[in-house]
Amino acid sequence: MNDILLNIIEKYRKKNGNIIFLLQETQEALGYIPKQAIDLFSEELNIAPSRIYGVATFYSQFRLKPTGKNIIVACCGTACHVKGAEKIINGLRKGLELAEDEDTTPDGEFTLEEIACLGTCSFAPVVLVNSAVYGKANINALLKKIGSKRKKSA
Amino acid sequence: MHKEIVIRVCMGPGGIAAGGKEVLGSFREHLLKAGIFAKLKEKCSSHQVGCLGLCARDVLVEVHINRNKTVYQYVKPDMVERIVSEHISGGKPVEEWLADDTFKTFYGKQMKIVLADCGKVDPEDINSYIYSGGYEPTREVLTSWIPDDVIDEIKTSGLRGRGGAGFPTGLKWELARRSKSEIKYIICNADEGDPGAFMDRAVIEGNPHSVIEGMIIGAFAIGSNKGYVYIRAEYPLAVERLKIALKQAYERRFLGKNIFNTSFSFDIDIKLGAGAFVCGEETALIASIEGQRGMPRPKPPFPISKGLWQRPTVINNVETLANIPYIIRKGAGWYSSFGTEKSKGTKVFALTGKIRNTGLIEVPMGISLREIIYEIGGGIEGGKALKAVQTGGPSGGCIPASMLDLNVDYESLAKAGSIVGSGGMIVLDEDNCMVNMAKYFIQFTQAESCGKCVPCRVGTKRLLEILERITKGQGRDGDIERLERLCNGVKNTSLCGLGQTAPNPILSTIRYFREEYETHIRDKKCPAKVCKDLLIYSIIEEKCKGCGTCMKACPSGAITGDKKKPHKIDPNKCIRCGACFDVCKFKSVGRD
Repeated sequence: MNDILLNIIEKYRKKNGNIIFLLQETQEALGYIPKQAIDLFSEELNIAPSRIYGVATFYSQFRLKPTGKNIIVACCGTACHVKGAEKIINGLRKGLELAEDEDTTPDGEFTLEEIACLGTCSFAPVVLVNSAVYGKANINALLKKIGSKRKKSA
Repeated sequence: MHKEIVIRVCMGPGGIAAGGKEVLGSFREHLLKAGIFAKLKEKCSSHQVGCLGLCARDVLVEVHINRNKTVYQYVKPDMVERIVSEHISGGKPVEEWLADDTFKTFYGKQMKIVLADCGKVDPEDINSYIYSGGYEPTREVLTSWIPDDVIDEIKTSGLRGRGGAGFPTGLKWELARRSKSEIKYIICNADEGDPGAFMDRAVIEGNPHSVIEGMIIGAFAIGSNKGYVYIRAEYPLAVERLKIALKQAYERRFLGKNIFNTSFSFDIDIKLGAGAFVCGEETALIASIEGQRGMPRPKPPFPISKGLWQRPTVINNVETLANIPYIIRKGAGWYSSFGTEKSKGTKVFALTGKIRNTGLIEVPMGISLREIIYEIGGGIEGGKALKAVQTGGPSGGCIPASMLDLNVDYESLAKAGSIVGSGGMIVLDEDNCMVNMAKYFIQFTQAESCGKCVPCRVGTKRLLEILERITKGQGRDGDIERLERLCNGVKNTSLCGLGQTAPNPILSTIRYFREEYETHIRDKKCPAKVCKDLLIYSIIEEKCKGCGTCMKACPSGAITGDKKKPHKIDPNKCIRCGACFDVCKFKSVGRD
């Protein structure tokens, strides 16, 4: 992991970059931003870790924990909201057996993310399963789909 | 005689979601199989086009034979074979799959400027844009105009910022031109954050070069050599297409040093947003490009005098910029002939919610809401009654059904307590609860508040708490007045546009739907039956067949009863999830 991070730091120096760039590259490479990365950036670039955390926690894109193997994104945009997104999300949380404050299942199979708007409002409510779009989503069909993914990987 | 055949498949956001890629692939395969693709290689192309608009009927496919256009709707890959054999080879369109009359009314009332080339040009091929007249305005401006000419032209056109606030674009450019500095920046704001809005996404995905051209012309007008497109990372396809477009523009030397052999040089970089709604605000956006937390700062100084890295900076929205080449091409007089006295030109809206024809529309400013909803939109879904139209997203408000004849322009909507905003238009029907809508939006703004100023950080939280109480049946006397007072406080004292507009959804729903708030507070009832804590479920004995389906579905074991005898719900155990209501085939679960 260290090599990857040092590479990113090199790129950052060359591009006269900024912290957002640093974090975006890290997340792109590792899927999330580990504490180790923040410590290393802080040391190498002489930036206080609090400043890096400040940026990392400000933007919803950045994750400080690893994600599950499958990523489910539920849209909570206005169009999806009026067409029942809440029911879909509650159904997914229940179906995935997610604990109250968690977004990733304990077995590391699934992460459920909520997003403000995917811009595919004409297909509301919309859910993405590993980037595949499920428009006019139906909770039972979705859970079936997810269940079959779980079986395959088991 | 060679037949000229062009096939256009909708590959906009809706088209791709509905399987546009597979349909396109299927056309390639079947045309090749029928020997048509090979024979007419030069003239027959399967374009990838941007948004055609009527997403609800995706995948939309246009078949042009010798310039005669036929439109198919709801196309699936397995339908392609028949279209190829009967229509393209046989010359007889497949009648039952053709787009019907609503399709015509959907387009009849529209006026397309920004979206005119979306759906015609191939967004991944610069030649296609050049053939349709693209980059000609840039050439003309750079080689034979002076910057003041451009500013005058845009001022005369009456174009106003399409991101929401409606500031006159020409004036903004003039102020930036007058700012003295060797370095100036122009930023395209593509951080489309309003939930329920996808206009900018469609423009960039459908016709990215129009935005680039707008930026070049704008940069020339204000005297800038460096531009940025600040775009959401959540729009991967738009980012991809923009990258391709920039690369091609550089190859053709429309960007870079000495464009069109003039002394003018201009570069564009992409900056990816990282998911923060507040970054749509100018000063927050600047902070984000600089790599900081995207928090706004007090204005003045305005970005036009001190913006990115303390230099004069113009920030224009995607749609604003996409208008520019067309205004230069056809003239300010032509542009200002559309719209109303103070709101010129057209506006793109994302028409969604409980409406039959959802999709992207472009209409002249000043069109009535009624025309949009009933003629373009085809009316309300499922024969329900229209309740309100929400415009402007979390910064806007709801227009009630009784005001359908309202004109859609900056002034009229502001007077009605809403805004044009970036262009989200969400249609609500009788099944939508207005208190819930207000709560939804304030939940959003509260979560997106950056936390820098107290009125927004604390105020939105308190507003949300009051609304949560009301929707849980714990509303108190005086809550409406409390909300109004707090709303006005947050509106008047917040630092940036986010806080200043966050109370709008509450204020406008109180203004038009006060009795709905009162019913929630006084009677502890939700007339639209949305707020789940206010609902009471019971089984209607006469209708219940005792099948036990609801008993199995109930997660809290609140339903009891013997087989083939009416069941009962224990109100103390019921968690009001509505599972029984959804599963009962005999409609024997009552909800009140």
